[in-house]
Amino acid sequence: MRFIDPHIHMSARTTDDYERMAAAGIVAVIEPAFWLGQPRTSVGTYVDYLSSLVGWERFRASQFGIRHYCTIGLNSKEANNEALAEQVLDVLPLFLAKEGVVAVGEIGYDDQTEAEDKYYRAQLALAKELDLPVQVHTPHRDKKRGTARSMDVALEMGLEPGRVVIDHNNEETVADVLDRGFWAAFTLYPQTKMGNERMVEIARRYGSTRVFIDSSADWGKSDPLAVPKTARLMLERGIPREDVEAICYGNALAVFGQDGRMQESDWLAPQPLDQRDLYQGNSVLRGQAPQVDGLPVIPERVESALIE
Amino acid sequence: MNPGELLGEWLATRLPLDSVDWLGTVVGLVRAAPTDRPLYLAIGEVARRVPKQPLAPTEAELLAAAASRPGWDPRDWTLDQAARVRLLLASTADGAVLSRRLDTLCSAADVGELVAFYRGLPLYPDPPRHALRAAEGVRSNMRVVFEAVAHRNPYPSEHFAESAWNQMVLKALFVGTRLDLIAGLDARANPGLARMLSDYAHERWAASRPVSPELWRCVGPFAAGSVLDDFRRLLERGTEIEKQAAALALATAEDAGAQALLAAHAALAETVRTGRLDWESLATAGT
Repeated sequence: MRFIDPHIHMSARTTDDYERMAAAGIVAVIEPAFWLGQPRTSVGTYVDYLSSLVGWERFRASQFGIRHYCTIGLNSKEANNEALAEQVLDVLPLFLAKEGVVAVGEIGYDDQTEAEDKYYRAQLALAKELDLPVQVHTPHRDKKRGTARSMDVALEMGLEPGRVVIDHNNEETVADVLDRGFWAAFTLYPQTKMGNERMVEIARRYGSTRVFIDSSADWGKSDPLAVPKTARLMLERGIPREDVEAICYGNALAVFGQDGRMQESDWLAPQPLDQRDLYQGNSVLRGQAPQVDGLPVIPERVESALIE
Repeated sequence: MNPGELLGEWLATRLPLDSVDWLGTVVGLVRAAPTDRPLYLAIGEVARRVPKQPLAPTEAELLAAAASRPGWDPRDWTLDQAARVRLLLASTADGAVLSRRLDTLCSAADVGELVAFYRGLPLYPDPPRHALRAAEGVRSNMRVVFEAVAHRNPYPSEHFAESAWNQMVLKALFVGTRLDLIAGLDARANPGLARMLSDYAHERWAASRPVSPELWRCVGPFAAGSVLDDFRRLLERGTEIEKQAAALALATAEDAGAQALLAAHAALAETVRTGRLDWESLATAGT
Protein backbone atom coordinates (compact mmCIF):
# COMPACT_ATOMS: atom_id res chain seq x y z
CA MET A 1 0.00 0.00 0.00
CA ARG A 2 1.21 3.51 -0.80
CA PHE A 3 0.84 6.46 1.51
CA ILE A 4 0.83 10.23 1.44
CA ASP A 5 1.47 12.21 4.59
CA PRO A 6 -0.26 15.49 3.71
CA HIS A 7 0.96 17.39 6.77
CA ILE A 8 4.48 16.86 8.05
CA HIS A 9 7.26 19.31 8.87
CA MET A 10 10.22 17.48 7.35
CA SER A 11 12.62 20.39 7.90
CA ALA A 12 12.63 19.37 11.54
CA ARG A 13 13.22 15.68 10.85
CA THR A 14 16.29 13.56 10.22
CA THR A 15 17.47 11.42 7.34
CA ASP A 16 16.65 8.35 9.48
CA ASP A 17 13.03 9.45 9.34
CA TYR A 18 13.13 9.79 5.58
CA GLU A 19 14.57 6.28 5.26
CA ARG A 20 11.94 4.73 7.51
CA MET A 21 9.13 6.63 5.82
CA ALA A 22 10.21 5.49 2.36
CA ALA A 23 10.54 1.90 3.59
CA ALA A 24 7.04 2.06 5.09
CA GLY A 25 5.58 3.05 1.72
CA ILE A 26 5.25 6.84 1.97
CA VAL A 27 5.64 8.17 -1.58
CA ALA A 28 4.77 11.83 -1.09
CA VAL A 29 4.60 14.40 1.69
CA ILE A 30 3.17 17.89 2.01
CA GLU A 31 5.03 20.27 4.30
CA PRO A 32 2.91 23.19 5.44
CA ALA A 33 4.67 26.44 6.26
CA PHE A 34 4.41 26.85 10.01
CA TRP A 35 6.35 28.42 12.87
CA LEU A 36 9.61 27.01 14.15
CA GLY A 37 8.74 26.51 17.82
CA GLN A 38 9.80 30.06 18.59
CA PRO A 39 8.74 33.23 16.81
CA ARG A 40 10.79 34.63 13.94
CA THR A 41 11.99 38.19 14.35
CA SER A 42 12.44 39.30 10.75
CA VAL A 43 11.07 38.76 7.28
CA GLY A 44 14.51 37.57 6.13
CA THR A 45 14.37 34.42 8.20
CA TYR A 46 10.84 33.86 6.96
CA VAL A 47 11.93 34.11 3.33
CA ASP A 48 14.78 31.67 3.98
CA TYR A 49 12.34 29.25 5.57
CA LEU A 50 9.82 29.39 2.72
CA SER A 51 12.66 29.09 0.25
CA SER A 52 13.93 25.96 1.97
CA LEU A 53 10.45 24.42 1.58
CA VAL A 54 10.46 24.84 -2.20
CA GLY A 55 14.19 24.26 -2.58
CA TRP A 56 16.44 22.36 -0.24
CA GLU A 57 13.88 20.26 1.61
CA ARG A 58 12.27 19.16 -1.63
CA PHE A 59 15.67 18.14 -2.94
CA ARG A 60 16.53 16.38 0.32
CA ALA A 61 13.30 14.35 0.20
CA SER A 62 13.99 13.33 -3.39
CA GLN A 63 17.22 11.70 -2.24
CA PHE A 64 15.11 9.19 -0.33
CA GLY A 65 12.63 8.61 -3.11
CA ILE A 66 9.92 10.77 -1.56
CA ARG A 67 8.09 13.52 -3.46
CA HIS A 68 7.92 16.68 -1.41
CA TYR A 69 5.24 19.33 -1.80
CA CYS A 70 4.47 22.26 0.42
CA THR A 71 1.83 24.79 1.32
CA ILE A 72 2.87 28.40 1.69
CA GLY A 73 1.44 30.95 4.08
CA LEU A 74 1.73 33.02 7.22
CA ASN A 75 0.81 30.92 10.25
CA SER A 76 -1.66 32.11 12.83
CA LYS A 77 0.82 32.42 15.70
CA GLU A 78 3.13 34.75 13.83
CA ALA A 79 0.21 36.73 12.39
CA ASN A 80 0.15 38.37 15.81
CA ASN A 81 3.41 40.21 15.06
CA GLU A 82 1.79 42.67 12.66
CA ALA A 83 4.98 44.41 11.55
CA LEU A 84 6.36 41.04 10.48
CA ALA A 85 3.04 39.82 9.13
CA GLU A 86 2.72 42.75 6.69
CA GLN A 87 6.15 42.03 5.24
CA VAL A 88 5.51 38.29 4.99
CA LEU A 89 2.28 38.95 3.12
CA ASP A 90 4.30 40.93 0.57
CA VAL A 91 6.70 38.05 -0.14
CA LEU A 92 4.09 35.28 -0.43
CA PRO A 93 3.47 35.91 -4.17
CA LEU A 94 7.14 35.15 -4.74
CA PHE A 95 6.42 31.56 -3.67
CA LEU A 96 2.77 30.76 -4.32
CA ALA A 97 3.01 30.09 -8.07
CA LYS A 98 5.97 27.75 -7.76
CA GLU A 99 6.16 24.10 -8.68
CA GLY A 100 5.52 21.91 -5.66
CA VAL A 101 3.33 24.50 -3.92
CA VAL A 102 -0.08 22.85 -3.67
CA ALA A 103 -2.06 25.23 -1.44
CA VAL A 104 -2.05 28.27 0.79
CA GLY A 105 -1.37 26.97 4.29
CA GLU A 106 -1.33 26.32 7.08
CA ILE A 107 -3.37 29.37 7.97
CA GLY A 108 -6.21 30.03 10.38
CA TYR A 109 -6.63 30.79 14.06
CA ASP A 110 -4.58 30.15 17.17
CA ASP A 111 -5.74 32.56 19.91
CA GLN A 112 -8.48 33.87 17.59
CA THR A 113 -7.21 37.45 17.84
CA GLU A 114 -8.11 40.34 15.54
CA ALA A 115 -4.69 40.19 13.87
CA GLU A 116 -5.10 36.47 13.19
CA ASP A 117 -8.48 37.17 11.62
CA LYS A 118 -7.06 39.95 9.44
CA TYR A 119 -4.26 37.84 7.98
CA TYR A 120 -6.41 34.73 7.65
CA ARG A 121 -8.80 36.75 5.49
CA ALA A 122 -6.01 38.37 3.48
CA GLN A 123 -4.58 34.95 2.65
CA LEU A 124 -7.96 33.51 1.73
CA ALA A 125 -8.25 36.38 -0.75
CA LEU A 126 -4.80 35.53 -2.11
CA ALA A 127 -5.83 31.87 -2.51
CA LYS A 128 -8.89 32.95 -4.44
CA GLU A 129 -6.88 35.31 -6.66
CA LEU A 130 -4.27 32.65 -7.50
CA ASP A 131 -6.81 29.81 -7.59
CA LEU A 132 -5.13 27.70 -4.90
CA PRO A 133 -6.69 25.31 -2.37
CA VAL A 134 -6.39 26.20 1.32
CA GLN A 135 -5.10 24.18 4.27
CA VAL A 136 -6.58 25.43 7.54
CA HIS A 137 -4.98 24.93 10.94
CA THR A 138 -7.63 24.81 13.64
CA PRO A 139 -6.84 26.04 17.15
CA HIS A 140 -6.00 23.81 20.13
CA ARG A 141 -7.95 26.03 22.51
CA ASP A 142 -11.64 26.78 22.05
CA LYS A 143 -11.42 24.31 19.21
CA LYS A 144 -15.04 23.76 18.33
CA ARG A 145 -15.84 27.44 18.01
CA GLY A 146 -12.53 28.18 16.26
CA THR A 147 -13.22 25.46 13.70
CA ALA A 148 -16.72 26.75 12.97
CA ARG A 149 -15.38 30.28 12.62
CA SER A 150 -12.63 29.12 10.23
CA MET A 151 -15.30 27.69 7.95
CA ASP A 152 -17.63 30.69 8.27
CA VAL A 153 -14.88 33.09 7.24
CA ALA A 154 -13.72 30.87 4.36
CA LEU A 155 -17.26 30.85 2.96
CA GLU A 156 -17.64 34.57 3.58
CA MET A 157 -14.46 35.19 1.57
CA GLY A 158 -15.92 33.24 -1.34
CA LEU A 159 -13.94 29.98 -1.09
CA GLU A 160 -15.61 26.75 -2.17
CA PRO A 161 -15.67 24.21 0.68
CA GLY A 162 -14.39 21.54 -1.73
CA ARG A 163 -11.15 23.53 -2.02
CA VAL A 164 -10.59 23.91 1.72
CA VAL A 165 -9.02 21.36 4.07
CA ILE A 166 -9.89 21.75 7.75
CA ASP A 167 -7.05 20.09 9.66
CA HIS A 168 -6.58 18.80 13.23
CA ASN A 169 -10.17 17.60 13.64
CA ASN A 170 -11.48 15.47 16.50
CA GLU A 171 -14.72 13.71 17.46
CA GLU A 172 -16.28 17.04 18.34
CA THR A 173 -15.64 18.86 15.08
CA VAL A 174 -15.83 16.22 12.37
CA ALA A 175 -19.59 16.08 11.80
CA ASP A 176 -19.91 19.84 11.28
CA VAL A 177 -16.93 19.94 8.87
CA LEU A 178 -18.23 17.09 6.73
CA ASP A 179 -21.83 18.35 6.77
CA ARG A 180 -20.70 21.69 5.38
CA GLY A 181 -18.79 20.08 2.50
CA PHE A 182 -15.22 20.79 3.66
CA TRP A 183 -12.43 18.18 3.76
CA ALA A 184 -11.72 16.83 7.25
CA ALA A 185 -8.13 15.98 8.10
CA PHE A 186 -7.07 14.28 11.34
CA THR A 187 -3.67 14.59 12.92
CA LEU A 188 -2.21 11.54 14.68
CA TYR A 189 0.04 13.23 17.17
CA PRO A 190 0.87 11.71 20.55
CA GLN A 191 -0.75 13.37 23.57
CA THR A 192 -1.98 16.66 22.09
CA LYS A 193 -4.12 15.63 19.12
CA MET A 194 -5.57 12.28 18.00
CA GLY A 195 -4.47 8.78 18.96
CA ASN A 196 -4.90 6.17 16.26
CA GLU A 197 -7.33 3.90 18.10
CA ARG A 198 -9.73 6.83 18.21
CA MET A 199 -9.06 7.34 14.49
CA VAL A 200 -10.12 3.78 13.73
CA GLU A 201 -13.48 4.44 15.36
CA ILE A 202 -13.91 7.70 13.44
CA ALA A 203 -13.22 5.85 10.19
CA ARG A 204 -15.76 3.22 11.19
CA ARG A 205 -18.38 5.83 11.95
CA TYR A 206 -17.81 8.44 9.21
CA GLY A 207 -16.34 6.34 6.39
CA SER A 208 -13.81 7.73 3.97
CA THR A 209 -15.61 10.51 2.08
CA ARG A 210 -13.51 13.70 2.40
CA VAL A 211 -11.67 12.20 5.39
CA PHE A 212 -7.90 11.77 5.57
CA ILE A 213 -5.08 11.62 8.09
CA ASP A 214 -1.64 13.13 8.63
CA SER A 215 1.14 13.04 11.23
CA SER A 216 1.95 16.76 11.60
CA ALA A 217 5.32 15.42 12.79
CA ASP A 218 7.64 18.31 13.58
CA TRP A 219 10.25 19.34 16.13
CA GLY A 220 8.08 18.05 18.98
CA LYS A 221 7.72 14.46 20.12
CA SER A 222 5.76 13.16 17.18
CA ASP A 223 5.71 10.23 14.77
CA PRO A 224 6.59 10.46 11.07
CA LEU A 225 5.20 6.94 10.58
CA ALA A 226 1.79 7.87 11.95
CA VAL A 227 0.05 7.41 8.58
CA PRO A 228 1.33 3.88 7.76
CA LYS A 229 0.96 2.80 11.41
CA THR A 230 -2.64 3.95 11.50
CA ALA A 231 -3.33 2.30 8.14
CA ARG A 232 -2.06 -0.93 9.62
CA LEU A 233 -4.24 -0.57 12.70
CA MET A 234 -7.32 0.25 10.61
CA LEU A 235 -6.78 -2.84 8.46
CA GLU A 236 -6.22 -5.03 11.52
CA ARG A 237 -9.44 -3.75 13.05
CA GLY A 238 -11.57 -4.40 10.03
CA ILE A 239 -11.84 -1.08 8.23
CA PRO A 240 -12.39 -1.93 4.52
CA ARG A 241 -9.26 -1.71 2.45
CA GLU A 242 -10.67 0.83 -0.01
CA ASP A 243 -11.54 3.14 2.89
CA VAL A 244 -8.03 2.83 4.30
CA GLU A 245 -6.53 3.65 0.91
CA ALA A 246 -8.74 6.70 0.54
CA ILE A 247 -7.97 7.94 4.06
CA CYS A 248 -4.22 7.37 3.84
CA TYR A 249 -3.54 8.22 0.18
CA GLY A 250 -6.33 8.91 -2.27
CA ASN A 251 -8.20 11.73 -0.55
CA ALA A 252 -5.15 13.90 0.10
CA LEU A 253 -4.23 13.47 -3.56
CA ALA A 254 -7.79 14.31 -4.62
CA VAL A 255 -7.98 17.61 -2.75
CA PHE A 256 -4.42 18.90 -3.17
CA GLY A 257 -4.12 17.53 -6.70
CA GLN A 258 -7.41 18.87 -8.06
CA ASP A 259 -5.66 21.43 -10.31
CA GLY A 260 -2.79 19.14 -11.31
CA ARG A 261 -0.29 20.75 -8.92
CA MET A 262 0.28 17.28 -7.48
CA GLN A 263 -0.36 14.14 -9.50
CA GLU A 264 0.18 10.44 -9.11
CA SER A 265 2.47 10.37 -12.15
CA ASP A 266 4.88 12.63 -10.21
CA TRP A 267 5.99 9.57 -8.25
CA LEU A 268 4.76 6.65 -10.38
CA ALA A 269 6.18 7.86 -13.70
CA PRO A 270 8.41 10.90 -13.18
CA GLN A 271 9.51 12.73 -16.31
CA PRO A 272 13.01 11.61 -17.23
CA LEU A 273 14.23 15.16 -16.90
CA ASP A 274 12.78 15.45 -13.41
CA GLN A 275 15.10 12.70 -12.39
CA ARG A 276 18.08 14.90 -13.14
CA ASP A 277 17.16 16.70 -9.96
CA LEU A 278 17.31 13.49 -8.02
CA TYR A 279 20.23 12.10 -6.16
CA GLN A 280 22.54 10.38 -8.65
CA GLY A 281 19.66 10.17 -11.09
CA ASN A 282 17.89 7.45 -9.17
CA SER A 283 14.21 6.90 -9.77
CA VAL A 284 11.87 7.93 -7.01
CA LEU A 285 10.71 4.36 -6.63
CA ARG A 286 14.20 3.14 -5.81
CA GLY A 287 14.25 0.63 -3.01
CA GLN A 288 10.58 1.05 -2.44
CA ALA A 289 8.87 -1.78 -4.29
CA PRO A 290 5.41 -0.70 -3.14
CA GLN A 291 3.47 -3.55 -1.65
CA VAL A 292 0.28 -4.53 -3.32
CA ASP A 293 -1.12 -6.83 -0.67
CA GLY A 294 -0.70 -7.44 3.00
CA LEU A 295 -0.21 -5.10 5.93
CA PRO A 296 2.09 -2.07 5.75
CA VAL A 297 5.56 -2.84 7.00
CA ILE A 298 6.83 -0.66 9.82
CA PRO A 299 10.57 -0.87 9.44
CA GLU A 300 13.06 -1.09 12.25
CA ARG A 301 16.26 0.86 11.83
CA VAL A 302 19.02 -1.22 10.30
CA GLU A 303 22.24 -0.18 11.93
CA SER A 304 25.71 -0.94 10.67
CA ALA A 305 28.96 -0.44 12.54
CA LEU A 306 30.73 0.59 9.35
CA ILE A 307 31.05 4.24 8.34
CA GLU A 308 32.36 4.41 4.81
CA MET B 1 19.12 38.66 -32.96
CA ASN B 2 20.01 39.01 -29.30
CA PRO B 3 19.82 35.99 -26.99
CA GLY B 4 16.43 37.00 -25.55
CA GLU B 5 14.90 37.20 -29.02
CA LEU B 6 16.48 33.90 -30.00
CA LEU B 7 14.99 32.21 -26.95
CA GLY B 8 11.60 33.68 -27.81
CA GLU B 9 11.84 32.39 -31.37
CA TRP B 10 12.94 28.89 -30.34
CA LEU B 11 10.12 28.65 -27.81
CA ALA B 12 7.54 29.86 -30.33
CA THR B 13 8.39 26.98 -32.67
CA ARG B 14 8.28 24.35 -29.93
CA LEU B 15 5.56 25.17 -27.41
CA PRO B 16 1.85 24.39 -27.73
CA LEU B 17 -0.16 27.39 -28.94
CA ASP B 18 -1.72 28.28 -25.60
CA SER B 19 1.74 28.31 -23.96
CA VAL B 20 3.05 30.58 -26.72
CA ASP B 21 0.13 32.95 -26.12
CA TRP B 22 0.67 32.90 -22.39
CA LEU B 23 4.41 33.57 -22.75
CA GLY B 24 3.76 36.42 -25.17
CA THR B 25 1.31 38.00 -22.75
CA VAL B 26 3.54 37.75 -19.69
CA VAL B 27 6.62 38.94 -21.58
CA GLY B 28 4.65 42.08 -22.44
CA LEU B 29 3.45 42.32 -18.86
CA VAL B 30 6.88 42.11 -17.23
CA ARG B 31 8.32 44.60 -19.75
CA ALA B 32 5.75 47.21 -18.82
CA ALA B 33 5.42 46.42 -15.12
CA PRO B 34 6.30 49.09 -12.58
CA THR B 35 6.76 46.41 -9.88
CA ASP B 36 8.54 43.04 -9.64
CA ARG B 37 5.40 41.08 -8.80
CA PRO B 38 4.35 40.03 -12.33
CA LEU B 39 7.87 38.75 -13.05
CA TYR B 40 7.98 36.70 -9.85
CA LEU B 41 4.55 35.17 -10.46
CA ALA B 42 5.33 34.43 -14.12
CA ILE B 43 8.66 32.78 -13.30
CA GLY B 44 6.86 30.47 -10.86
CA GLU B 45 3.98 29.80 -13.23
CA VAL B 46 6.35 28.59 -15.94
CA ALA B 47 6.31 25.27 -14.05
CA ARG B 48 2.70 24.69 -15.10
CA ARG B 49 2.69 26.49 -18.46
CA VAL B 50 5.86 25.26 -20.15
CA PRO B 51 6.90 21.60 -20.39
CA LYS B 52 10.28 20.44 -19.10
CA GLN B 53 11.21 18.84 -22.41
CA PRO B 54 14.71 19.37 -23.80
CA LEU B 55 15.09 22.47 -25.94
CA ALA B 56 17.12 20.27 -28.31
CA PRO B 57 18.50 23.10 -30.44
CA THR B 58 19.40 22.30 -34.05
CA GLU B 59 22.93 22.78 -35.37
CA ALA B 60 21.80 26.03 -37.00
CA GLU B 61 20.32 27.25 -33.73
CA LEU B 62 23.52 26.43 -31.85
CA LEU B 63 25.45 28.45 -34.43
CA ALA B 64 23.01 31.32 -34.03
CA ALA B 65 23.46 31.13 -30.25
CA ALA B 66 27.25 31.31 -30.51
CA ALA B 67 26.99 34.14 -33.03
CA SER B 68 24.68 36.08 -30.75
CA ARG B 69 26.80 35.55 -27.65
CA PRO B 70 30.22 33.95 -28.18
CA GLY B 71 30.63 30.82 -26.10
CA TRP B 72 26.91 30.41 -25.38
CA ASP B 73 26.05 26.71 -25.66
CA PRO B 74 22.38 25.96 -24.87
CA ARG B 75 22.44 22.31 -25.98
CA ASP B 76 21.46 21.03 -22.50
CA TRP B 77 18.74 23.60 -21.88
CA THR B 78 15.11 22.67 -21.41
CA LEU B 79 12.03 24.59 -22.55
CA ASP B 80 11.06 25.76 -19.07
CA GLN B 81 14.59 27.02 -18.45
CA ALA B 82 14.55 28.91 -21.73
CA ALA B 83 11.19 30.48 -20.79
CA ARG B 84 12.45 31.63 -17.39
CA VAL B 85 15.58 33.22 -18.82
CA ARG B 86 13.46 34.77 -21.58
CA LEU B 87 11.26 36.40 -18.93
CA LEU B 88 14.19 37.61 -16.88
CA LEU B 89 15.90 39.16 -19.92
CA ALA B 90 12.65 40.78 -21.03
CA SER B 91 12.13 42.36 -17.61
CA THR B 92 15.06 44.79 -17.91
CA ALA B 93 18.19 45.70 -19.84
CA ASP B 94 19.76 47.27 -16.77
CA GLY B 95 22.43 45.07 -15.16
CA ALA B 96 21.86 46.52 -11.68
CA VAL B 97 18.10 45.96 -11.79
CA LEU B 98 18.57 42.46 -13.16
CA SER B 99 21.11 41.65 -10.45
CA ARG B 100 18.71 42.79 -7.72
CA ARG B 101 15.85 40.75 -9.19
CA LEU B 102 18.11 37.76 -9.60
CA ASP B 103 19.08 37.97 -5.92
CA THR B 104 15.43 38.04 -4.88
CA LEU B 105 14.51 35.22 -7.24
CA CYS B 106 17.42 33.05 -6.11
CA SER B 107 16.56 33.66 -2.46
CA ALA B 108 13.19 32.01 -3.13
CA ALA B 109 14.03 29.56 -5.92
CA ASP B 110 13.44 25.85 -6.26
CA VAL B 111 16.02 23.58 -7.85
CA GLY B 112 14.65 23.86 -11.37
CA GLU B 113 14.56 27.64 -11.20
CA LEU B 114 18.10 27.85 -9.86
CA VAL B 115 19.35 25.75 -12.76
CA ALA B 116 17.66 28.12 -15.21
CA PHE B 117 18.97 31.29 -13.55
CA TYR B 118 22.57 30.01 -13.47
CA ARG B 119 22.46 28.74 -17.03
CA GLY B 120 21.40 32.23 -18.05
CA LEU B 121 24.52 33.84 -16.52
CA PRO B 122 26.35 34.50 -19.82
CA LEU B 123 23.30 36.33 -21.18
CA TYR B 124 22.69 38.97 -18.52
CA PRO B 125 23.61 42.61 -19.10
CA ASP B 126 26.73 43.98 -17.39
CA PRO B 127 28.38 40.52 -16.98
CA PRO B 128 31.04 41.30 -14.33
CA ARG B 129 28.28 42.35 -11.93
CA HIS B 130 27.09 38.73 -11.60
CA ALA B 131 30.37 37.10 -10.51
CA LEU B 132 29.29 36.79 -6.84
CA ARG B 133 25.99 35.26 -7.89
CA ALA B 134 27.89 32.73 -10.03
CA ALA B 135 30.21 31.88 -7.14
CA GLU B 136 27.13 31.32 -4.97
CA GLY B 137 25.92 28.75 -7.50
CA VAL B 138 29.24 26.94 -7.26
CA ARG B 139 28.74 26.73 -3.48
CA SER B 140 25.41 24.94 -3.89
CA ASN B 141 24.97 21.56 -2.28
CA MET B 142 22.72 20.51 -5.13
CA ARG B 143 24.76 19.00 -7.89
CA VAL B 144 22.52 20.08 -10.78
CA VAL B 145 22.80 23.68 -9.60
CA PHE B 146 26.57 23.47 -9.45
CA GLU B 147 26.59 21.98 -12.94
CA ALA B 148 24.42 24.81 -14.27
CA VAL B 149 27.32 27.16 -13.56
CA ALA B 150 30.17 24.78 -14.31
CA HIS B 151 29.07 22.90 -17.44
CA ARG B 152 28.83 24.33 -20.97
CA ASN B 153 28.76 27.80 -19.49
CA PRO B 154 31.34 30.37 -20.64
CA TYR B 155 30.74 32.65 -17.67
CA PRO B 156 33.19 31.18 -15.12
CA SER B 157 36.18 31.10 -17.44
CA GLU B 158 35.48 34.70 -18.45
CA HIS B 159 34.77 36.21 -15.05
CA PHE B 160 36.09 34.05 -12.23
CA ALA B 161 39.25 35.12 -10.44
CA GLU B 162 41.82 32.35 -10.17
CA SER B 163 40.83 31.30 -6.64
CA ALA B 164 37.13 30.99 -7.58
CA TRP B 165 38.04 29.10 -10.74
CA ASN B 166 40.24 26.66 -8.85
CA GLN B 167 37.53 26.05 -6.25
CA MET B 168 35.05 25.27 -9.01
CA VAL B 169 37.30 22.68 -10.66
CA LEU B 170 38.14 21.07 -7.33
CA LYS B 171 34.49 20.98 -6.36
CA ALA B 172 33.60 19.33 -9.68
CA LEU B 173 35.86 16.46 -8.63
CA PHE B 174 34.42 16.42 -5.10
CA VAL B 175 30.86 16.03 -6.33
CA GLY B 176 31.92 13.49 -8.94
CA THR B 177 30.92 15.39 -12.03
CA ARG B 178 32.70 15.64 -15.39
CA LEU B 179 35.49 18.13 -16.01
CA ASP B 180 35.46 17.95 -19.79
CA LEU B 181 32.17 19.89 -19.91
CA ILE B 182 33.74 22.90 -18.16
CA ALA B 183 34.22 25.64 -20.75
CA GLY B 184 37.78 27.00 -20.85
CA LEU B 185 39.23 24.20 -18.73
CA ASP B 186 42.61 24.07 -20.52
CA ALA B 187 42.88 27.82 -21.06
CA ARG B 188 42.46 28.50 -17.34
CA ALA B 189 44.91 25.81 -16.12
CA ASN B 190 47.37 27.27 -13.60
CA PRO B 191 50.16 26.06 -11.28
CA GLY B 192 48.12 26.72 -8.12
CA LEU B 193 45.32 24.48 -9.36
CA ALA B 194 47.81 21.79 -10.39
CA ARG B 195 49.24 21.79 -6.86
CA MET B 196 45.78 21.58 -5.24
CA LEU B 197 44.79 18.71 -7.51
CA SER B 198 47.94 16.74 -6.83
CA ASP B 199 47.38 17.21 -3.07
CA TYR B 200 43.81 16.08 -3.50
CA ALA B 201 44.88 12.94 -5.35
CA HIS B 202 47.25 12.09 -2.48
CA GLU B 203 44.45 12.58 0.03
CA ARG B 204 42.21 10.19 -1.94
CA TRP B 205 44.96 7.60 -2.29
CA ALA B 206 45.63 7.75 1.45
CA ALA B 207 41.96 7.01 2.10
CA SER B 208 41.92 4.18 -0.48
CA ARG B 209 39.38 6.08 -2.57
CA PRO B 210 39.41 6.27 -6.35
CA VAL B 211 40.82 9.33 -8.12
CA SER B 212 39.09 10.65 -11.22
CA PRO B 213 41.38 10.23 -14.23
CA GLU B 214 40.20 13.65 -15.44
CA LEU B 215 42.02 15.27 -12.51
CA TRP B 216 45.34 14.92 -14.30
CA ARG B 217 44.26 17.03 -17.22
CA CYS B 218 44.81 20.28 -15.27
CA VAL B 219 48.03 18.97 -13.71
CA GLY B 220 49.65 17.93 -17.00
CA PRO B 221 50.84 21.35 -18.25
CA PHE B 222 52.74 21.86 -14.98
CA ALA B 223 53.97 18.29 -14.51
CA ALA B 224 57.54 18.51 -13.23
CA GLY B 225 59.62 17.58 -10.20
CA SER B 226 57.90 15.51 -7.50
CA VAL B 227 54.56 15.51 -9.35
CA LEU B 228 56.21 13.22 -11.89
CA ASP B 229 56.11 10.54 -9.19
CA ASP B 230 52.31 10.74 -9.35
CA PHE B 231 52.42 10.14 -13.08
CA ARG B 232 54.92 7.34 -12.67
CA ARG B 233 52.57 5.68 -10.21
CA LEU B 234 49.67 6.01 -12.69
CA LEU B 235 51.66 4.67 -15.61
CA GLU B 236 53.02 1.73 -13.67
CA ARG B 237 50.20 0.76 -11.32
CA GLY B 238 47.11 2.54 -12.61
CA THR B 239 44.06 1.16 -14.35
CA GLU B 240 43.96 1.28 -18.13
CA ILE B 241 42.02 4.53 -18.03
CA GLU B 242 44.45 6.06 -15.52
CA LYS B 243 47.36 5.17 -17.79
CA GLN B 244 45.63 6.83 -20.71
CA ALA B 245 44.85 9.91 -18.62
CA ALA B 246 48.47 10.16 -17.51
CA ALA B 247 49.64 9.95 -21.11
CA LEU B 248 47.14 12.59 -22.29
CA ALA B 249 48.17 14.90 -19.45
CA LEU B 250 51.91 14.44 -19.92
CA ALA B 251 51.56 15.26 -23.60
CA THR B 252 50.74 18.85 -22.58
CA ALA B 253 53.79 19.21 -20.30
CA GLU B 254 56.71 21.44 -21.21
CA ASP B 255 59.09 19.94 -18.68
CA ALA B 256 61.78 17.74 -20.25
CA GLY B 257 61.47 15.14 -17.48
CA ALA B 258 57.75 14.86 -18.10
CA GLN B 259 58.28 14.41 -21.80
CA ALA B 260 60.89 11.75 -21.17
CA LEU B 261 58.51 9.89 -18.86
CA LEU B 262 55.85 9.81 -21.57
CA ALA B 263 58.36 8.77 -24.22
CA ALA B 264 59.32 5.81 -22.03
CA HIS B 265 55.79 4.46 -22.51
CA ALA B 266 55.97 4.30 -26.28
CA ALA B 267 52.67 2.57 -27.04
CA LEU B 268 50.63 5.02 -24.96
CA ALA B 269 52.55 7.98 -26.33
CA GLU B 270 51.68 6.78 -29.79
CA THR B 271 47.91 6.60 -29.15
CA VAL B 272 48.03 10.16 -27.84
CA ARG B 273 50.15 11.41 -30.76
CA THR B 274 47.78 9.93 -33.33
CA GLY B 275 44.73 11.45 -31.62
CA ARG B 276 43.11 8.11 -30.80
CA LEU B 277 42.64 9.21 -27.18
CA ASP B 278 40.81 12.24 -25.94
CA TRP B 279 39.49 13.58 -22.62
CA GLU B 280 35.87 13.33 -23.61
CA SER B 281 36.03 9.58 -24.13
CA LEU B 282 37.93 9.20 -20.84
CA ALA B 283 35.30 11.28 -19.02
CA THR B 284 32.49 9.09 -20.31
CA ALA B 285 34.33 5.77 -20.08
CA GLY B 286 33.35 5.17 -16.46
CA THR B 287 29.71 6.16 -16.85
